[in-house]
Formats: sequence, structure tokens, C-alpha cells
Amino acid sequence: MRADNSSAQAAFAHASDYLERRPLVANRRPLSWITDHVCRIVEQPAPMWWWILTIFFGAMASLTPAMLTYLVSTGVGVWGLNVPVCWAWDITNFVFWIGIGHAGTLISAILFLTRQKWRTSINRSAEAMTIFAVICAGIFPAFHVGRVWMAWFLAPVPNANAIWQNFRSPLLWDVFAVSTYFTVSLIFWYLGLIPDLASLRDRAKTRFRQMAYGLLAMGWRGSNRHWTHYEKAYLILAGISTPLVLSVHSVVSFDFATSIVPGWHTTIFPPYFVAGAIFGGFAMVLTLLIPFREIYGLHDLVTDKHIDNMCKIILLTGSLVGYAYAMEFFIAWYSGNPFEIYAFTNRAFGPYWWAYWAMITCNVAAPQLFWFKYCRQNPWVVLAIVMFPNTGMWYERFVIIVTSIHRDFLPSSWGYFSPTWVDITLFIGTIGLFVFLFLLFVRFLPIINMFEVKNITPEADPHTQDSHSEQDSTISPPSSTKVHA
Amino acid sequence: MKRSEKSLHGLGAEFPTAASLLHAAQKVQALGFRRWDVYSPFPVHGMDQAMGFRRSRVSLFSLIGGITGLCTAFALIYYTSALNYPLITQGKPYFALEPSLPIFFELTILLTAFGTVLGLLLLTLLPRFHHPVFNWDRFQRVTDDGFFIVLEAADPQFSNETSRKVLQDIGGTHISEIFQDPEITPHPARPTSEVVS
Repeated sequence: MRADNSSAQAAFAHASDYLERRPLVANRRPLSWITDHVCRIVEQPAPMWWWILTIFFGAMASLTPAMLTYLVSTGVGVWGLNVPVCWAWDITNFVFWIGIGHAGTLISAILFLTRQKWRTSINRSAEAMTIFAVICAGIFPAFHVGRVWMAWFLAPVPNANAIWQNFRSPLLWDVFAVSTYFTVSLIFWYLGLIPDLASLRDRAKTRFRQMAYGLLAMGWRGSNRHWTHYEKAYLILAGISTPLVLSVHSVVSFDFATSIVPGWHTTIFPPYFVAGAIFGGFAMVLTLLIPFREIYGLHDLVTDKHIDNMCKIILLTGSLVGYAYAMEFFIAWYSGNPFEIYAFTNRAFGPYWWAYWAMITCNVAAPQLFWFKYCRQNPWVVLAIVMFPNTGMWYERFVIIVTSIHRDFLPSSWGYFSPTWVDITLFIGTIGLFVFLFLLFVRFLPIINMFEVKNITPEADPHTQDSHSEQDSTISPPSSTKVHA
Repeated sequence: MKRSEKSLHGLGAEFPTAASLLHAAQKVQALGFRRWDVYSPFPVHGMDQAMGFRRSRVSLFSLIGGITGLCTAFALIYYTSALNYPLITQGKPYFALEPSLPIFFELTILLTAFGTVLGLLLLTLLPRFHHPVFNWDRFQRVTDDGFFIVLEAADPQFSNETSRKVLQDIGGTHISEIFQDPEITPHPARPTSEVVS
């Protein structure tokens, strides 16, 4: 009997080891430690690797204006697109970049509404990533219009032709969706930055830094008469960003889905695009976060638990995307429409078969490794695996766009698209621009949302605080101080 | 002395934890103070109730913004497509609800966001770069790990002696006078390169 009891107890203790939620801030770091460790990144002199990387990616980013200048001064013919493939790398890159942005808003808005507290240490950098990705995205459709000096025709302002915009066109919806998305993301990001900018202001050692961060912090003083409005405003912005993020990629998918092109004309597109965007976005968040976590020693704030959670989201959305790929084929067969069936057979076994199977390998097969705990626990393995979705999501857009239009209804007008060096260099330029902007962000703004991370520490909760301080001196059980996420 | 009393903003006290700040604020509210404030590095759960706040009115501004956005979108599409220059494209009606919905949605969201931010700025009276509490040297820690209560001199109940006693009784430490005028406040107002290490 006694032996039974003790073994039951042992089993219970064993089980509770597994059931115990891991704290979101490891090692019970005090509040000032959080401020110190995050602000230090901005306050210390820039390390050598930062200069090297920034100069390298800055040079790479300068390819963007160089190629755009060449494009505008010479003519759109320098891009490889031509009838029948009139949307090619430019629109592929646009959808690729805009999709990457989605993880940022998902983390900041949807995970906020669903009270996923682990979002707090990753939302700042993910939102920054969103903004930089949307900047990169915006370049492509703006120049794709051909005569870029007339891009303002997209805005509903009176022009010399006296003709207004066609509000029945999904391309115009896209203009509204992307510009709204950018603006609201920027507002949301800046609003979240204000209390942390005040931290930097109060720690500033030079007059210039104090003025710069002071101006940006708008005189924030942590007053509870402000916090009450601030929290409400943040909640509302999260509330409106949630349908917004789901709508943006849906509207992007309308660009394709409302056409009659086989391979594009599909009702599954909006959810399929949104799942893909979240998939690719989380992969990019991990790509950026894992190196900076290692460099700056942020393991206590961005814990293994955070990486594990993000890997699971990648696994889920990657599988959703895989389902969508399969369903497209099923519907093509089920429709009995020869053009539809041909479009998909051609996609997998036609001249662009290599792109299709690269996409399947990267987006469907590779993320399945995240079923294994080992793959989710080792950051370098994670970093290696997420490179597949990063690549695969670009291939997905290329496959959808180019394979659908290169062989449409009339075989006499079939063609094969190959990118020119300008296409390739411009895309490399936007990758440089993206990383360059992120490096500047890491250098000048707090990469972790300090006040929200403080808010999820055990000492921030006024209700557990009492029991904690009483017990702490006697037995200090770790369980009472865990944050229940 | 006269001059410093005139420019007295209030009395500030520091508290060690979020919990002690919350309990102290409950007591200050119970004593019937009106012009006072709580400062913390993050929003403390339950503090709004402790200070007796009503629900924030930011949502009203958001609603106004959202309605404005929806009306703007409708007016824009209807005026341009059906009134000012009706143009047949692909045989579609000049105005219909279905193709207008994405624009309705986006502009509603956009102006809700603008309304929310505008409401936040109006209700908090920010940006405001100078405030007497910044003259208190310990106050810098409010954006790090400092928890503060400031009883303002403008409160009808305020008197230097009794208010100091109140702050002591509720567990405040480092109680000090905060002046409007940075010259009078005993400590250096803003950090200089020597002060902050």
C-alpha cells in the first residue's frame, strides 16, 4: 500500500514535470534586467559585424534604385516578361513580399486577441519585418504599371482624362488593401513602440539621443490615466488588424481568382493565400530572429518555447498549403474542364515542372520535419528547415503566376518565360533592402517589446505577487512563479 | 519659499512592486483624492478599477472614424462610378454592392485606425514633452522598473504635511516634492552624461 502510494506520487511528480508550463521569461529575470538587455543593443557602440553586414546589404539594396532607374530610362522591355507571360517575376516578388508581412500582423493582432502571451517577445521584430516587407512589395506593382510617372492614376484624384478609377477591378482593390495594410501596420507598430521609446529616452546619455527618442516617445510618462486609453486603443487596433490581415492576401488572391485564366480562377485562393502568407511569414520571422537571439544573448526572452510554437504554426500552415495544392488538382479533375485539367497537368509535368516540384519539396515535405521534437528544439536545425519555406513560397507564387499563363487557350500563343538579369538583380536588390532596413531597426529601436514582456513576468501580476513574496523566503516553489500563458 | 509653494506640482512617492502600487492606489482612491496619478512601466492589471476609471472613450473615436470611412468609401465609389462619369466596363452596373465591399472594408479599417490614434492623442493630451513629474530625478525609472504615485497640489485635499503622511502610510518611499519649475527641484531635472551610469 505504501509502495503504491509513493509510486503514484512519483508518477504524479513525473507527470507534472511535463504538464508544467514553461515560463515565458526564463530564469526569473527582474524588470530592470529586461530593460537593460534590450536597450543595451541600441546603446552600445555598433559592433563590427553590424557595420560589415549593413554596408554589404546597403550595397545590395542600392541595386534596387539602380535597376529601377535602368528600367525607367530604358523601357519595360528590359524585364523578361512579354505576351503571353505579362505577369512574371515582378508580380511573383510582389506577392512573395506582401505574404511575408502577414506573420507580423498575425503575431501582433490575432495572437493578441487570443491572449497568446508568448507573442510579446517576438511581436516587435515581426511587425518591423511586416513593414519592411510591404515596402519591398510596393516597389513591384508600382513599376509594373509601365509608365511609373503615371502611377498616381491609381489614386482617386481628378486627372486630365476626367476618367475615374475602375472600382470594379480587383487591381484597384489591391491598391486600397495594400496601402491600408501598410498604414495600419505602421500605426500599430509605432503605437507599441511609444513606451519603449520613452525607456530609451530616459536612459539616453547624450542630448541628441534624448531629443530624438524624446520626440518619438511624445512625452510618454507611464501615467495610468494614459495607460487606460492606450490599452483600449491597442485592443481596437488589434481588433481591426485581424480582419485586415486576413483580407489583404484575400484581396491579393482576387487579382487572380476573379480572372478566367485556368489555374487562377479558383475559389480556394483566398484561404489558400492567407495560409501560405502566414507560413512564409513565420519562416521569415524565425530566419531573422534566431541569429539575433544568438548574437545578443536573448535566450531568456525569446525562449526555446517561442521557437517551438512558431515551428508548430509553420507545420500547421505548411500542411494547409499542401492540402490546397492537392485540392486544386482534385477540383481540376472533378470539373471535367479540359483547359483546367491541362493547366494543372502542365503545372506539374510541363516545362516548369522543376519549379512545381521545388515548391512541393520546400512547402509540403520540408516542414513535416517539425513533427519531430528534435527539429523544433535545435535553433540551427530550425534555421536550416525554415530556409525551405522561404524559398518555397517564392516558388509557389512563380508557379501560380507563370505556369498558368504561359500556355493558355490558344496553343499558337504559348510561350516560355525566362527572367533577364534586370529581373534577377532587382529581386536581389529588394532582399538587400529588406535586410538593410531590418539591420537599421535592430540598431536604433528596441527589438523586443519591453513593456509587454515586463507585463507577463510574475512580478508584474499584482495578484500573484502577494503569495509569491510570502512564499519566496521560505520554500520558493518554482511553480507559483510560472507565467501561465 | 512662497515662490516654491506656488510652483509645487505635488508630492511623489515610490513603491517597490506592482502589487504594492495597486494596494496604495486603492487606498488613495478610498481617501477621496481627485487630482493624482499612478505611474508604472507597464499597465498594472486592476489599476483602472482601483483608480475608479470608467471605460476608455477611445472606442467612440474609433466608431466615428469607422463610420466616416464607410461613408467616404460609399460616396467615393458612387460619385465617381455612377454620378460624375458613368462608364460601362465589361457590362457591369455602374454601382453595385459586391465589387464595392473590398473598398468599403479597407477605408472603414483605415479611418477606424486614424480615429483610434486621434482619440488616444486627444484623451491623453499627448504629445506633451514637458511635465513637472519629469523634474523628479527618481522618475526616470518609470520606464524601467519604478512604480510611483503623485498626489497633485491642485487637489482640494492636498496639504504638504497630511499628503506626505498619506504617502508614508500607504507604504511610499523616497517621498519628495515635485515642482513645476525645474530650477527649484533639488535634483538635476534631466540626465546629463555624468549622472546616468
